[in-house]
Amino acid sequence: MLNPISHAFRKAKQENRAALLTYTVAGDSSKKQSLEILKSISANADILEVGIPHNTPVADGSQIQTSAYRAIKNGIKMNDIFKIIKDFKKSNKNKPIILMGYFNMILQYGEKKFLNKCNSSGVNGLIVVDLPWPENKDFAKKCKKKSIYFIQLLSPTTTKRRLKKIIRDSHPMNYFISMLSTTGGKLKVSPNDILKNYNKIKKIDPKKEIVIGFGITEKTIGKLKSADGLVVGSAICKEISKSLKHRQNPVINVSKLVKKLKSKIL
Amino acid sequence: MKIKKKIPLIDQANKLGFWGGKFGGNYVPETLKKPIEDLEILFDKLKNDKKFIAERDKYFKNWVGTPTRFIKLKNLTNHVGGAQIWSKVVSDANGGAHKIYNATVHCLLAKRSGKKFIIGDTGAGYAGKMLSMAAKKFGLKCKIFMGAKDIARQQPNVKAMKKNGAEVIPVYSGSQTLVDAVSECMRFWVANCDTAAMCVGSTVGPAIFVRICGWSTSQISRELKVQLIDEFGSVPKKLKLYNCVGGGSSSFGFWNEFMDYDKKQCEFIGVEAGGPAKSKKHAAPLTYGSKIGILHGAVQYVNQNSDGQIEETESISAGLDYPGISPLHCFLKDTKRARYTAASDEDALSAYKTVTKFEKLRPSLEPSHAFSVAIKEAKKLSKDTIVVVNSCGDAYKDRGILKKRLGKKYVKSN
Repeated sequence: MLNPISHAFRKAKQENRAALLTYTVAGDSSKKQSLEILKSISANADILEVGIPHNTPVADGSQIQTSAYRAIKNGIKMNDIFKIIKDFKKSNKNKPIILMGYFNMILQYGEKKFLNKCNSSGVNGLIVVDLPWPENKDFAKKCKKKSIYFIQLLSPTTTKRRLKKIIRDSHPMNYFISMLSTTGGKLKVSPNDILKNYNKIKKIDPKKEIVIGFGITEKTIGKLKSADGLVVGSAICKEISKSLKHRQNPVINVSKLVKKLKSKIL
Repeated sequence: MKIKKKIPLIDQANKLGFWGGKFGGNYVPETLKKPIEDLEILFDKLKNDKKFIAERDKYFKNWVGTPTRFIKLKNLTNHVGGAQIWSKVVSDANGGAHKIYNATVHCLLAKRSGKKFIIGDTGAGYAGKMLSMAAKKFGLKCKIFMGAKDIARQQPNVKAMKKNGAEVIPVYSGSQTLVDAVSECMRFWVANCDTAAMCVGSTVGPAIFVRICGWSTSQISRELKVQLIDEFGSVPKKLKLYNCVGGGSSSFGFWNEFMDYDKKQCEFIGVEAGGPAKSKKHAAPLTYGSKIGILHGAVQYVNQNSDGQIEETESISAGLDYPGISPLHCFLKDTKRARYTAASDEDALSAYKTVTKFEKLRPSLEPSHAFSVAIKEAKKLSKDTIVVVNSCGDAYKDRGILKKRLGKKYVKSN
């Protein structure tokens, strides 16, 4: 069976558009609410990235950090995250879910147990921020055996030689980090330059899907829409924080934002 | 798991940066792979380059001030009764602590790589103060990340950093201490690795930073070995080297040259921060059996909960207040080359009182942890045993805490 992630890309291509990927932190601002947000945004998002909150994140900017600390403070545990995904999948069986986090959380849960749980709860892909290639070779193989995509990260600092090796070993989807930044930084490179880099990577193996992430907002997403897929994370986390601050319903506001994001890439 | 003889410990990691096949490594975001590889290539070239070593030694000698004193603490020895207690007064070094060695080397490396800007983390403020000094010396712009809690409790060092022209960035996330400062510094590097060089303030972080720091602080044991031979004619038959351990940079540097000696001859004793006697929180992952996990890019013993969230630490000493520990020390513990124990806040304060009562020496709260254990153990040891404590920091930075906890008479002005 085709991984729902590949299916989502195929569908977006048929509609002649980029796939929209969202990132939200599991348990932000509560277990119940984060599930509601996933359900609500799934109407417009093609692939849902779900963040495993971690308290020493070395690659996340302030927006995602705030969401992660909020979720941890509200008591989210690894098993709760799997439960949220399982509950989501009950009503959205074919909507692909990518779990994204730091390797220590997987290590402490136990690699094998973690992958089994990913399988049973319906996780389709994994992004492990601090498990780069070639350190991730073993783990990526284990993912493949479970039919889970291990998504490689590629950065503007990744050398051409290294890009080729990573892509050769990669699964059908990869993630290009738009610029030198933690998540949610202000876009300091022009969308044109980002796309230039993206096209160079895409040429190495055109069959592999490449999404672009980091620093993408409502304002910039439209200019990048020729990519296979675009990820918006910090802007959504920011919307949750803003809603909470103004005592508004994050579910409604985030859904509106995702709808708007979608409209910009149509 | 075994330590190899005649190969520096910093060079005993495998290709992926693991000591004993298990500790260390490079668990970093993809963006940092290239800058780390560049630094590895540069360091591996320069650490064997005679010109570079001569340059390092020139600055160590004329600017840092080598050697730092090796003195007998006669009054303390008489008071304790038992082994001879000596101290390597590393706080003699320019700036008042061992952090100057690593800071100097990182600035030299940054210059060689053409970077004009260097960033660093700090806990007690010494790593930051020294980096700001070295950056000024070598004409580099400098930014220091420091937990907001540490900024409040280590003001003298904060003032020094600012005076040296460094920008001090307060970190408000998490426990607002060293662990968060290191995270924030790494995040800043992720976003600015094209222009900035990063200095990690201890033997922690991705493998290359562990190696550079260990290589730099090893100056301490190089000097000590010469001083021991000068004093005793040879390395003593019964030598015990006591050092506090936070990240582990001073202790590693204090022990490195003696690595190949039998531990019956040269024993290494690392003293971690046990935290307040009444608190369950501590900064002693080796002593209290913390689980192996990943922190700041490296596999190590680290205080964490069952999910893998890093736990908050508590210690009177900002310099030891770190939930993890250098992969080098994890390796030394598991191979049983070094022995690790902990001293509480109260133990450290009491040792500070004892040392300052009998000697003209003012160890900061970090080495006071080591003095506490050394004094306790020296009592039971024979007179021909040579106990050496690394007094790796000066108490000036702790004056606020000492005044509050012990009263005014324990704070001398300088």
